[in-house]
Amino acid sequence: MKSAKIAALVSLALAGIAASSSSFADTLVKVDGSSTVYPITEAVAEEFQKAKKNAIKVTVGISGTGGGFKKFCRGETDISNASRPILKKEIDDCKAAGIEYLELPVAYDALTVVINPKNDWIKALTVAELKAMWEPGAQGKVTSWKQVNAAWPDRPLKLFGPGADSGTFDYFTEAVNGKSKSSRGDFTASEDDNVLVQGVARDVGGLGFFGFAYYEENRDKLKSVPIIAAEGKPAVSPSIKTVIDGTYQPLARPIFIYVNAKSADKPEVKEFVEFYMKNAEALTKEVKYVPLPSKAYTYNVDHFNKRLKGTKFGGENKVGTTIEELMKLEAK
Amino acid sequence: MNQQELQALRTLIAAHKRKDFLFGILGIFALMIGVLTFLSLFANMAIEGLGRIDADFLTSFPSRRAANAGILSAWVGSTLVMLVTAFAAVPIGVASGIYLEEYAPKNWMTDIIEINISNLAGVPSIIYGLLALGLFVYTFGLGQSILSAGLTLALLILPVVIVATREAIRSIPQIIREGAYACGATTWQVVRDHIVPYSSAGILTGIIIGMARAIGETAPIITIGALTFIAFLPPAPFAGDPPAGMFDWLFAPFTVMPIQMFNWTSRPEAAFATNAAAAGFILVLMTLAMNGLAIWLRYRLRKNINW
Repeated sequence: MKSAKIAALVSLALAGIAASSSSFADTLVKVDGSSTVYPITEAVAEEFQKAKKNAIKVTVGISGTGGGFKKFCRGETDISNASRPILKKEIDDCKAAGIEYLELPVAYDALTVVINPKNDWIKALTVAELKAMWEPGAQGKVTSWKQVNAAWPDRPLKLFGPGADSGTFDYFTEAVNGKSKSSRGDFTASEDDNVLVQGVARDVGGLGFFGFAYYEENRDKLKSVPIIAAEGKPAVSPSIKTVIDGTYQPLARPIFIYVNAKSADKPEVKEFVEFYMKNAEALTKEVKYVPLPSKAYTYNVDHFNKRLKGTKFGGENKVGTTIEELMKLEAK
Repeated sequence: MNQQELQALRTLIAAHKRKDFLFGILGIFALMIGVLTFLSLFANMAIEGLGRIDADFLTSFPSRRAANAGILSAWVGSTLVMLVTAFAAVPIGVASGIYLEEYAPKNWMTDIIEINISNLAGVPSIIYGLLALGLFVYTFGLGQSILSAGLTLALLILPVVIVATREAIRSIPQIIREGAYACGATTWQVVRDHIVPYSSAGILTGIIIGMARAIGETAPIITIGALTFIAFLPPAPFAGDPPAGMFDWLFAPFTVMPIQMFNWTSRPEAAFATNAAAAGFILVLMTLAMNGLAIWLRYRLRKNINW
């Protein structure tokens, strides 16, 4: 009796598996890479599979921008999500493996510097002040707000940021400290942005940075800091508007997908990329990122169909590229 | 014995009984630390996630909208990976245990093997993930598939299965072996007719403990490349065109429950935390179901042993 019941349950489970899986041909698009770009690609993949009635399957992984490029340059993935342009070393790896690629910017993200809502002494921060907090030389030395600016109280300065494998960390250190990955090491690092949100929300002297989407969802717990790009420039808060008009500098950054040029000839990858560009504007907004202007996506499709290979950034993590400049860049 | 001595003896007994009682309290307290921690976590997950669990949650794929997201690809992935793990770990683990107990000569070779097995049980799971990435995924070319994941977790739980098998075999009285050998049985006959049937209850417990550990593992599975967003299922096992098509499912990309939970907890929207709690609740239920199955099987097997 009991065994009959178990047999029935097992067969039910197997039937469920059988019913919902169709033929498993090679109509598979493999995407991996940055966790920052993930929400956009995930949204596109979800809608794409719905539109195609699951005839084309898409997988999206999270290995970080660097980890994603490693797989991409071994030819394991069709598309790599990247929250920064491909770097020199990755370009060389891809070249050595004979992998060519198409670089398509898909959106903008505003790296947002956040503080505790009870912090009443910060109205805005200059990049120089951020540098004083984050530069490698500050390690173990700059531990109080007063040390950064004498007008601020003598409260412990607690820093929170993403881990060193993340493209976000690469970009922030490049923009603030002038060199990618160069940073003090004694801050609370986590790949999970929610940990950073919690950290700053609990500590009056806390300061952290992460993508705009996490700030948007946690506006009740955190305060964003307006950034002064250079002496004499106005303080600008991160928002969709300030990113689009190019005034939020230098922490606004383009984010990309890289398509393997060989995969681009496969009909399923081509369809996915075209679908991506057609729907990116709406879906980007939905997941709280800043979309590119419509013409940029049309331009991307054109770029893709002409198979213009290579990167426009020459292997550098270029800081402060506005949307206008991005579209004018020519592939090198 | 005079009255005074009797009194002294009674005091002594009373003191010992008090200590006995105190130790009992201490024991219950120690037990409760574990049980209450688990119960409060479980209750917390239940309170947060229970409202989210319905048929849709079990039959939906992940989605960017928390309210539409489900765990279909995750629980199917977990189930299939566990299937591979069981098929690989059980025969190898049980056979190794039997060999070490019944066949292996007592020499330095065996000692080294034994020490190694005990040590392997303490190796962090991420190391197994790295080994599997090099061996299964790249060297053997199995790819980032259900098969690779299942074999990785099988390696991870092998020491547990082997040790449990050996313990179960050791609990069989020596006279049973001696009786069988006296009747002229070969070692294989003793193993087949006596050792395996009598120890199967204990072996089963070990297997389930191992499987329960494996189902919650995240690190090695992430290392070998389980994916985060998968909105389709692998082909049904053994349903394709035989013989090659039957095993398509082994090579399919997949995700598992702990990875789905991990992804949801790191999302900015609070609604995903509810999803993660609900998925956690179901993961615990899956583990409990496995344990329940083991207890039931053990009960059935024990009924047939007449000594």
